[in-house]
Amino acid sequence: MADSIVTPSRSRDLDKLLLRPGNLVGPTFEPGVELRDDLREYARILVVGAGGLGCELLKDLALSGFKNLEVIDMDRIEVSNLNRQFLFRVEDVGKPKAEVAAKRVMERVSGVNIVPHFCRIEDKEIEFYNDFNIIVLGLDSIEARSYINAVACGFLEYDSDDKPREETIKPMVDGGTEGFKGHARVIVPGVTPCFECTIWLFPPQVKFPLCTLAETPRNAAHCIEYAHLIKWDEVHSGKAFDADDPEHMKWVYSEAVKRAELFGIPGVTYSLTQGVVKNIIPAIASTNAIISAACALETLKIASGCSKTLSNYLTYNGVEGLHIKVTEFVRDKDCLVCGSGVLIELDTSVTLEKVFSISLGSAVTSGLNIIVDYHKFGLVCVLVLGVEFIHQLEQHPKLLLSKASVTHRGKNLYMQAPPVLEEMTRSNLSLPLYDLMGKIPKDIVHVTGTTDKHDKKTSCLRKLRVAFKGIDGVTDMDMAGGA
Amino acid sequence: MIRLFKVKEKQKEDAENSRGVVPVKKQSAGELRLQKDITELNLPDSCNITFPNGKDDLMNFEISIKPDGGYYKDGTFLFSFEVPPIYPHDAPRVKCKTKVFHPNIDLEGNVCLNVLREDWKPVLNINTIIYGLYHLFTEPNCEDPLNHDAADMLRDHPHVFEANVRMALEGGYIGDEYFESCM
Repeated sequence: MADSIVTPSRSRDLDKLLLRPGNLVGPTFEPGVELRDDLREYARILVVGAGGLGCELLKDLALSGFKNLEVIDMDRIEVSNLNRQFLFRVEDVGKPKAEVAAKRVMERVSGVNIVPHFCRIEDKEIEFYNDFNIIVLGLDSIEARSYINAVACGFLEYDSDDKPREETIKPMVDGGTEGFKGHARVIVPGVTPCFECTIWLFPPQVKFPLCTLAETPRNAAHCIEYAHLIKWDEVHSGKAFDADDPEHMKWVYSEAVKRAELFGIPGVTYSLTQGVVKNIIPAIASTNAIISAACALETLKIASGCSKTLSNYLTYNGVEGLHIKVTEFVRDKDCLVCGSGVLIELDTSVTLEKVFSISLGSAVTSGLNIIVDYHKFGLVCVLVLGVEFIHQLEQHPKLLLSKASVTHRGKNLYMQAPPVLEEMTRSNLSLPLYDLMGKIPKDIVHVTGTTDKHDKKTSCLRKLRVAFKGIDGVTDMDMAGGA
Repeated sequence: MIRLFKVKEKQKEDAENSRGVVPVKKQSAGELRLQKDITELNLPDSCNITFPNGKDDLMNFEISIKPDGGYYKDGTFLFSFEVPPIYPHDAPRVKCKTKVFHPNIDLEGNVCLNVLREDWKPVLNINTIIYGLYHLFTEPNCEDPLNHDAADMLRDHPHVFEANVRMALEGGYIGDEYFESCM
């Protein structure tokens, strides 16, 4: 510790957090110079979005002692960004946000390395995201959050006791602002609720009825949406509207003005047109600063353990007075994205539905396996060789799922209904599930069907972790049991 | 978690001896929910569903509706459904691909149906929309018009409206607009 004090360090304030023990620290906190150095050396952080939140986040993280940062953003700088996205200058207009933001922070904070990625989040290979220890989100859409959440939760693996395997957890810190309001949340997949667990929190987007737009517009936004949703198609049959094309936007604006004159409605401006069409919400620099600061600190706390983390959702509301609240949301245990799903172990010969060969000998052997496995691992899994997959789902105590339709990686292996899909997938019924799943030792499968709950048939959609026995790369229960 | 990061980094350096499990993109929660909606469809006999892109693309499908009563009896009307990735947070985009003279459907195929826009809720499903569309044909509504001419005619001269619709179903002109037969 003495060494670090000898050379006056730029990180002296950070040192107070990282070098000294304390009572309010996280459970795994080990203070010391090594921690500070490791944070620089080993923590790799991805910032998603280089806009209002992203600029703040990059600056905050760089100044919090992180050295390995990357940033991804698909947008270019616009004049209207300059009031709050403080890393950008007038001469930067038109350049990629990620590249300029990375450059500016590297110029100011020596020693930090920021790799920019000027592309869509969907354009990156999934494996790209696995390279980071923590993903920090400064986004403005539900869709993008949902995508990153699905990717991060996709790395999560569960052990045979349905406990998340720590080394596969990819924590996320998500910030969002809307005018005077904002939120910061910590998502630790498998431990705290993921984005999808609480997606119901989002209010639906305001949408005007088409007939109001067409017949009885009452405000400027109605006139703009008329030009955007109805008039555009009428005039440009088949040509898709592109909100990022200024020519398109100008056309919508001029049509909206005509419409507004016709109905004597004031207030249609070009910037309102952009706002309505692109669903732009007024952003306030200081709200971004508050939320980003919270997110950056949580990132530091997750990585270093120097304090307990936010648990798990902070809301900031400065609209009437100021209200700040932390809510501990709970996981949806059946969440399709972050939930463990029900573990099912199968023999590679098990078909979807048709039975080809049942060997009495193997049925007896597998019957023994159930007992062995149950005692050894506390597993609830049914291993009955020779009984086809869809039938097993009916008998499985955790599922009791009848009339199952089965999907794997976007491929519909079997659909019970509607008849047109049933017909297209029927031929799969006689094939082994192992083959249908591309001979992968273990993977996620989703099933829908009906289940009996309190003597009432309810429809349900469940996630399964299917593992094939005796295939390389999967913990072989038989071997473990026999050893 | 820094210990863990360090361990992982070391592992990566040591060797690429990962177990070869390459994570693949999962289906979006929206796709899965839609799959459930599709298997639970309870279509009336007069409705039919098709999947132009095959069995593995459920996000784009077509519904044909053949009303068995009302002004539009025996016509067949095709609707395209485009389901967004964040379904059911957002409603599907629905267009009528059959040109029709209808107070609530314009000539470009835009449909004015409350559950498609202002009244959409995630608890609703594809079935709700299909029944809503079906209802438009049995009970066209001149209060919320999207096709002004059709709405005025239905309100002021229902018999003229009926005659025009029958004619258009078999193929013919209403004013300057030509409607192809959809019987």
